[in-house]
Amino acid sequence: MSDSLSFKSVAELSSLLAAGKITSLELMQSCIDRISAVDGKIGAFLGFDQEDAIAQAKASDERRKNGKTLGPLDGIPVGLKDNISLAGQPLTCASKMLKSYVSPYDATVTARLRQAGAIVWGWLNMDEFAMGSTTENSACKKTCNPWDISRVPGGSSGGCAAAVSAGMTPLALGSDTGGSIRQPASYCGVVGMKPTYGRVSRYGVAAFASSLDQVGPLAHTVEDAALLLQAIAGADSHDGTALVNPVPDYLREMDSKKGPWKVGVPKEFFGDGLDSAVREQVQKAIEFYKKAGCTITEISLPETRYAVAAYYIIATAEASSNLARFDGIRYGHRSDKATDAVDVYSLSRAEGFGPEVKRRIILGTYVLTSGYYDAYYVRAQKIRTLIRDDFMRAFNDVDFILAPVSPTIAPKFGEKSNDLLALYLGDIYTIPVNLAGLPAISVPCGVAHEMPVSFQLIGKPLDEVTLFAAAREFEKAHDFVTRHPQL
Amino acid sequence: MSSTEFEIVIGLEVHVQLKTKSKVFAHAAYHYGAEPNTLIDPVVLALPGALPVLNKAALTQAVRYGLLVGAEIPPVSKWDRKNYFYPDSPKNYQLSQKDFPITMGGEVEIELPGPARNIMGEHKVIRLHHAHLEEDVGKLSHATGGSLVDYNRAGAPLLEIVTEPDLRSADEAVALLNAIRMLLISAGIADCDMEKGQMRCDANVSVRPKGQKELNTRTEMKNLNSISGVKNAIEYEARRQIREVEAGRTIQQETRGWNAETGRTYTLRTKEDAHDYRYFPDPDLMPVKVSEEEKAQLKATLPERPYDRQRRYMEVFNLPFTVTSVFVPDRPLCEYFEAAVSEYPANSLGIANLIANDLLRDLAASGKASVDMFGEADASTVTAASLADCPIKPAQLAGLVKLTDEGVISKQQAKDVFTEMFSTGKDASVIVDEKGLRQSNDTGEIESIIKEVLAQPTSAKSIAEFKAGNEKALNALKGPVMKASKGKANPKLVDEIIRKLLG
Repeated sequence: MSDSLSFKSVAELSSLLAAGKITSLELMQSCIDRISAVDGKIGAFLGFDQEDAIAQAKASDERRKNGKTLGPLDGIPVGLKDNISLAGQPLTCASKMLKSYVSPYDATVTARLRQAGAIVWGWLNMDEFAMGSTTENSACKKTCNPWDISRVPGGSSGGCAAAVSAGMTPLALGSDTGGSIRQPASYCGVVGMKPTYGRVSRYGVAAFASSLDQVGPLAHTVEDAALLLQAIAGADSHDGTALVNPVPDYLREMDSKKGPWKVGVPKEFFGDGLDSAVREQVQKAIEFYKKAGCTITEISLPETRYAVAAYYIIATAEASSNLARFDGIRYGHRSDKATDAVDVYSLSRAEGFGPEVKRRIILGTYVLTSGYYDAYYVRAQKIRTLIRDDFMRAFNDVDFILAPVSPTIAPKFGEKSNDLLALYLGDIYTIPVNLAGLPAISVPCGVAHEMPVSFQLIGKPLDEVTLFAAAREFEKAHDFVTRHPQL
Repeated sequence: MSSTEFEIVIGLEVHVQLKTKSKVFAHAAYHYGAEPNTLIDPVVLALPGALPVLNKAALTQAVRYGLLVGAEIPPVSKWDRKNYFYPDSPKNYQLSQKDFPITMGGEVEIELPGPARNIMGEHKVIRLHHAHLEEDVGKLSHATGGSLVDYNRAGAPLLEIVTEPDLRSADEAVALLNAIRMLLISAGIADCDMEKGQMRCDANVSVRPKGQKELNTRTEMKNLNSISGVKNAIEYEARRQIREVEAGRTIQQETRGWNAETGRTYTLRTKEDAHDYRYFPDPDLMPVKVSEEEKAQLKATLPERPYDRQRRYMEVFNLPFTVTSVFVPDRPLCEYFEAAVSEYPANSLGIANLIANDLLRDLAASGKASVDMFGEADASTVTAASLADCPIKPAQLAGLVKLTDEGVISKQQAKDVFTEMFSTGKDASVIVDEKGLRQSNDTGEIESIIKEVLAQPTSAKSIAEFKAGNEKALNALKGPVMKASKGKANPKLVDEIIRKLLG
């Protein structure tokens, strides 16, 4: 057990800062020290700007001294997945394509964190352009699971989950397109939330699949996740898909949301392929809610069986177009072998993108090609509607849905990377939620094969509050928050 | 060969840059002529994470256009991505509208060239298919050692107006462009300066034997960026197709370019090489709904259509065609005219002539406006600004016409007063009083001056000639009378009194 300050919850850190027992500078320094001590083994950070982080911490301490503290996140470090723009800092998306790219502007989420006084720092490893579920697709670095360094941290926000789990940053922002926050959070034993699609602005977050991407928090506790979401959520004049609905005061409304709830358990999420040890841990969570007085109802989401197929059509179609901008013309990798415009495109992209990114661009290009468009893209969109209808129907009877996050614990390196289908099917419980645009929170609930396991709670659109309240009730009755990997 | 008579069938795709302060999906400003790559931001450059957001002003202008041409504004409109790689396109996809455009249908009235410049030509109505709102691309220039890209224009709002194949000659195509330009300029929707690339045109051309109903295979000519280019390219292409058909060959569906230097069109790409743009709905832009209420509000901001106005000027104000064709393309000028007429409705023609002849001449001479209304390069108009600067306000101009009509000053004096008004901005009546120009209608006084002149020996010859029936001899007598009265004598009274005295 490390005494790193960043294993503490934001609530604790906030009160320590308020009481003058620690300074933000000390907190920042302890994170940096922790990185020096353990990140050589883990590899969560692609890098960070120490000088800038220290300067932000000092500025926070200065505000505090002058009684001008900006809120509960003032002085708290928040690490960023390396697809979230931070003005003046590199933004690699863990791709050779953007190896030397520096973003000239802040993402909206970054700007909002600055307004809240948080220290925005670090570029955290990920699967290249967020395509993957193990972080093995990073072109930059290998990231290990802090609980067992022979295992992957999950992905694509693997660096975020590993960094929070190993106490290198108390909070991190990731992005979730098909489970990329919830799954690594589960593999690394931390809390991760994917908000309702549109709850958080995507401006400044390098796009993978625009209609599915959503930024969200990774944290030690449910409340910490809520605090982080509070700071970044809301309408944005730079993102037309950001929802204009007012953002509730999550902490206050969480207190007023009391169970017992009506909990739906989808039978399709407990079928073949679910590791029995994982199933056991999730069953225990269901038992917990039952004992707490909740009504447990088995529900059916029949159309979710097509979710993975539809997802790999929609996500790759959007990605093939979103990634067209990486052409070597204005920024990013440009092949020095290119002699004409067509070469600049083909060679720069051939050299700049890794195999998984290429695979998805080719797949996406194919499904949009005239003659195939109706058979693939249009049908996938229809399936998407049916999946959302399934969920919405279920919500007529239940307050939220409880399900596993991943069929297995974190796999060993290379274990699945040769079996793409198995790898893609690993996202079977998370992908339907993205397709339906719903909020979901991943909460640690046990240990299987000596590795952390989480369940997820899937909520009605914009009902993050109920998810936070129900997740916190579970969290308070268990001790997972106090368990940390031994490094 | 047989002497089949052919009919040319033309449909145009007219690209018009809308007048807005910022770009269609970015906060960056847009205007013509800025230093290269200064009107840019993360969205324009397609940096990682940048997202488009629809500029409400561009939508408003597009809807106003639709209402102006009587198009249907569908309740929902959405944007699609048109995917293709080209260095002037920062995202390597263009945000355009494939199947839910901003306007459907509508029509534009055109005027064909008349038999002479002073005779109104035939009017015809051209149906429109739809118009979609999309973004412009940047500009490539090729230098030795490489190519340069200027992204200033990238993301400028572009309205693509697609006509039905209703045009039957190059002249009609030109007339359509002029009509659209006049409509859009008058409503402040676009400036349509072809030299600045604010209006560009693709033409679809086919030929068929006269009387045939079905359309034959067409070719599309891209980037016709001047009126003469449109006219010459269509004429050449029609001749080429007729030659081909007469030689027994078939027309291939293809995209062709226009070489203004050789005066020929040439193959750009054949149907087999056609792009697959892989259109799909843009997930970053939400579909847009335009409510009936918004439509009604926007409708109220639209001016009268130019040709409707022209008819009204001819019918209600009795203006000749030549004068209306000066006024009508220029809404500020029309507004000036109507403001003056509302001050003095009795002589709208006098007011119109004074504006068309004297005011425009002096404005042009003072560098405030060009009066070359139908110059090909640029349909310059008297801008609202230059009319706002105009030293003579509409009411003052009307005042001058009224003074003249009332006989207070002569027409000749009116010219001098006008010049004085233009340089001082004073009212006509003030100048008349200051200079003592008020015309004399005192018959007693005039009669005594005339008597003096007639009594002079130098007048004897003219008197004799007049009495012998030479009407012109009267002018030789009027001159000295006007001179003796210092120009104040009412010429009409002078004429009457001389005749009376000699009669």
